[in-house]
Amino acid sequence: MERQVLTVLELNSRIQGLLELDPMLRSIGVQGEISNYKVYSSGHHYFTLKDSESSLSCVMYRFQAVKLRFRPENGMKIRAFGKVDVYPRDGAYKLYCSSIEPEGTGDLQIAFEQMKAKLEAEGLFRAEHKKPLPAFPKTIGIITSGSGAAVHDMIRILGHRWPMTKLVLLPVRVQGVEAPPEIVGAIRYANEFKVADLLIVGRGGGSMEDLWAFNDERVARAIYASQIPIISAVGHEPDVLISDYVADRRASTPSNAAEIAVPDWRDIRDELDHLDIRSRQAMQKKMDYLREHLDNLASKRVLNDPTVYIDNRRLELDYRAEKLLTAAERQITVKRRSFEMLGASLDAMSPLRVLSRGYSIAEDEAGRPLRSVGELRPGGRVSLLMSDGQADCVVEDIRQGDEIWHPKN
Amino acid sequence: MASKKLSFEESLGRLDEIVRHLEKGDLPLSDSLSLFEEGTALLSSCSKMLDEAEQKVVKLRKGPDRSPEELPFEDDMV
Repeated sequence: MERQVLTVLELNSRIQGLLELDPMLRSIGVQGEISNYKVYSSGHHYFTLKDSESSLSCVMYRFQAVKLRFRPENGMKIRAFGKVDVYPRDGAYKLYCSSIEPEGTGDLQIAFEQMKAKLEAEGLFRAEHKKPLPAFPKTIGIITSGSGAAVHDMIRILGHRWPMTKLVLLPVRVQGVEAPPEIVGAIRYANEFKVADLLIVGRGGGSMEDLWAFNDERVARAIYASQIPIISAVGHEPDVLISDYVADRRASTPSNAAEIAVPDWRDIRDELDHLDIRSRQAMQKKMDYLREHLDNLASKRVLNDPTVYIDNRRLELDYRAEKLLTAAERQITVKRRSFEMLGASLDAMSPLRVLSRGYSIAEDEAGRPLRSVGELRPGGRVSLLMSDGQADCVVEDIRQGDEIWHPKN
Repeated sequence: MASKKLSFEESLGRLDEIVRHLEKGDLPLSDSLSLFEEGTALLSSCSKMLDEAEQKVVKLRKGPDRSPEELPFEDDMV
């Protein structure tokens, strides 16, 4: 039998036709692990699905890929749904995916974890970025659905606890595709016109799908950018959303947000009463103290016996007189001692002291001291003064110069 | 005193301050008395604010020039 020869295209088309005959291959799910995940600039996603023994080429076109809620990653175990077809140009069959589901945890859970990790890495959840809430907000902006139980619960509880705070509602849709842009718009609007000094952003409970707007990246970034502090109040107690992480404060429910946002006036009333008591007690204490001080003064002797003053002054005077006397005596003693010392030194310098050591002074008849033999003449009279008296003498001979010192020559 | 002009929060803060001053007890009598008087006035104005408070709830709408317009909040719940 003559073998048939086909063109490559004819063969590939034939195989394609065979595959098309199997309806199962037209809509099928395949499970495996992702590898070689690539997103081309065209927006199409390409990857290989593997198990321990085999591998399968997969593609997800852009119009399908935009619907993915999580980012498929290498190593992730998934179920891919779609059809098997041949791509005639390279003669290879592929799975053309219409959707991808993570195995085990749902795609929303994965999307949540991925968003959380991304924003956390950017620092959007950091404690130092959290703004303190006002203790007594003047106006609270409530960004939630205008209908539904959440807004009514909040209005009721806020009014019950602190009716002084004005509430402004900024109604938005809280689920569906329109929800994120509306929530973002309301947050930005509240900031632009400073309509409140505190914002509560949230909604009542629902499925993960219903709450999804509060995991939206745009909503998270608008909350982060808000100058007005924000309480995130979404769903029920166990629901934790991205908005809870990025907000300044997380409330477990909308009602809980109302409790966090304002004080209870009963507590404040108690505080006022307490301040009242404290100020009265402080005032009473002050008065008691002053009264006691006054009583003390009143009982002092000086106020009861006027002579105490004079007696005290007299004692003081006596004391001063005593001191004065002592001082005067001390002065006299000092002066006397220095007088005696002066006398002693005067005495030491007196010519009479010199005479007592064996010297004498010669004077002429007029009583002038004689210093030179030139002042004498033989037969003249001189007086010799000695320590204990005076002798009148007659000059017999006069010798000049050193004769007196060399009498033996 | 101009205590009427203070907000509730400011009044409460001032009250705290007054009580702490009084409790220190180192002020002259005349100063203590005038502080006490101011405190008493603040206490009664705070009480009055609490007694007379009435909750205001409005709905905001973007006005023609984008600035907010306040509308009464009707109960959308049936």
